[in-house]
Amino acid sequence: MNTGPAVQTDRLAKRYGRVAALDGLTMSVDRGEVFGFLGPNGAGKTTAVKLLLGLARPTAGRAQVLGAPLGDRLTRRRIGYLPELFRYQPWLRAREVLALHCRLAGLARDRWSTEIEGVLALVGLADRAEDLVGTFSKGMQQRLGLGVALLGSPALVILDEPTSALDPVGRLDVRTIIRTARDRGTTVFLNSHLLTEVERVCDRVAIIDHGRVLEAGRLDELLGEPTLRVRVTDLSPAAAETLRPFGPLRLDGEWLTIQPLPPDKVPDVVAAIVAGGGRIHEVDVGRSSLEDRFLRLLTHGSLQQ
Amino acid sequence: MTTIAWLTIREAARRRVLWVLIGLTIVSVAVTGWGTERLASLARAGDVPELQIQVGVSQVLILVAFMFSFVLAMTAAFLGAPAIAADLESGVALALLARPIRRADLVVGRWLGLTIVVAAYSIASGLLEIGVVGLLTGHTPPEPWIAVVFLAGQATVLLTIALLFSTRLPAIASGAICVVLYGLAWMAGVFAGIGRVFGVDVFVGVAQASRWLFPSDGLWRGVIYGLEPPLVVFEATRAGVPAEANPFYASAPPPIGFIAWSIVWIALVVGLAVWSLNRREI
Repeated sequence: MNTGPAVQTDRLAKRYGRVAALDGLTMSVDRGEVFGFLGPNGAGKTTAVKLLLGLARPTAGRAQVLGAPLGDRLTRRRIGYLPELFRYQPWLRAREVLALHCRLAGLARDRWSTEIEGVLALVGLADRAEDLVGTFSKGMQQRLGLGVALLGSPALVILDEPTSALDPVGRLDVRTIIRTARDRGTTVFLNSHLLTEVERVCDRVAIIDHGRVLEAGRLDELLGEPTLRVRVTDLSPAAAETLRPFGPLRLDGEWLTIQPLPPDKVPDVVAAIVAGGGRIHEVDVGRSSLEDRFLRLLTHGSLQQ
Repeated sequence: MTTIAWLTIREAARRRVLWVLIGLTIVSVAVTGWGTERLASLARAGDVPELQIQVGVSQVLILVAFMFSFVLAMTAAFLGAPAIAADLESGVALALLARPIRRADLVVGRWLGLTIVVAAYSIASGLLEIGVVGLLTGHTPPEPWIAVVFLAGQATVLLTIALLFSTRLPAIASGAICVVLYGLAWMAGVFAGIGRVFGVDVFVGVAQASRWLFPSDGLWRGVIYGLEPPLVVFEATRAGVPAEANPFYASAPPPIGFIAWSIVWIALVVGLAVWSLNRREI
C-alpha cells in the first residue's frame, strides 16, 4: 500500500491564454488529514482541484494524487469529489443519483445498497431518498453531493465549498461528517471561503493567491502563540511589573496584553493581578484568527519561496 | 459507456418533452389518417379508378413522410444539441467525469442513448403512420421498412452533427446550425434535380458534394424510394428526365456506397466529437 502523501504538487502551473490561473503551485497533503485550501476569488483554487482530478491538463509542473500521476483514470475510483458549481440530474431520485455514482465509481453491485443507505443516513437525507433531485433545495442538493463524494469510502475526498448553501445546522453536520471521514482514515481536501469553518475542522491549511502558495502549515503554526488580554483597573505599576516574568507585556489603557502566553499560565496571571490589587473585568484568551492571518497575508503578499 | 447510454434513455423517458412529442405524433397520425381516408373515400364515391386512388394516396403519404422527417430532424437536432453542452454548463459533467470514466464514454454513451431513442421513435412513428393509412385507405407502400430505416438514418445524421457541435457550442447555437445545415442539404438535393433536368452540371456537382459532406438529403431519398409505388417509378422513367426535378420522387434507392459512406460519416463525426471534448478544458 502506498504511504506517500495523498497529494503532492511540484511547481504545477496552468495558463489559459495569457492568464496564469496557477503559477507554480507546490504543496503536499498528508494521508488521513483534513487539509484546508484557501484563497481569494480567482486565486486558482478550483483550477488546482480540476488539475488534481484530471479534468484539466497542467501547462507545466508535476503532481501525484494517491501516488499516481495526474489524470490516472483508475485512481479516480478512490477519489470522491463535490464540485463547487454542480447539479445532479433533476429527473433522478436521490437514491438513483447515488446508485449511478456507485456504478460509475466501479463499486461491486453487492455493496451498493449498504453504501447508499449509509451515506443517506450520514448526510441526513434518509427520508428524502425517493424524492426527485429537482425538488431539492440547494442545501439538500449540497448534502446529496456530499453523499455522492463519500460513496465507497474513498481514500481522498475533495470538497469544493461544501457548506456554501448550508444553514448553521447543516454546517455543523458537515463538520461532523468531515471529522468522521478523517477518523476512518480518509484524506479530506477542503476548498472553502468560509475561514471559520476551515479553522474548526482542518489540521493543516495552505493559503494561495495568484496561483501560488503564500503560506502552508499546521493551524497552530500559522496562527501563532496564544494571547491573554485582560481588562483590569486599579493595577499599580509595581504590580504590573510583577507580571513581566510571564511574557512580553503591553498596557493599553485598561487592557493588559501578554503575548505569547501558554494557556496553562492563565490562572497564574489572573491570581497575580488579583494579589497585586487589580480588579478584573474581562479575560480573553485567544490567538489571531485564521481570517486575520489570511487578510494579513493577502495584504502583504509575502510569498513563500 | 453503457451506463451513460442507459442514463440518457432514462432521461428521455422521464422528460415531458418526449411524451409531448409522442402525443403530438398520435394526433398527427390521426389527422393525416383521417385526411387520406376522406380523400380516398371521396375519390371512390366519384368513381375514380382504384389504381389512381392508390397512386394519389402514395404521394400524400410521401408528403406526410416529409413532414415527419422534418419534425424528426428537428427533434434529433434539439436532442443532440444540449447533450454535452447542457452537462458542461450545469456542472453535471464535472461530477460524471471526476469518476473513472473516459470522456469518450460520455460522448459515445450520449450518442448511443439518443440514437436508440430517436431511431425507436422514427421507426415506431413511421410504421404507425404507414399502418394507419394502410388500414384506412388500403394503400401499403412497397418497402415500408426501408422507408422507416432511412428515416431513422436521416435523424441519426442530424443527431450526430448536433452532438459534435454540442461539445463546443451552447445548445441553442448547435441546434440552430443543424437546422440550417438540414435546410441547405435539402435545397442542394432540389437543385441537383433541377440541374439534371436542365443540364446545369455545376448544380449537380455542388449538390453531389454536399450530399457526401452532409448525407441527410441522400438518406431522405431512401425514404421516398421505400414509399414510391413501382407504377409511379415505371411511369416516371418512361417520361424521362423531368421527373428527377421532383424533390418528392426517387427512382432508385441510395447507392450502397453512399449508405456505407453515411455509416462511416456518422462514425467519423462521433470520433470528432470525442476528440473535440478531449481537447476541451472543462
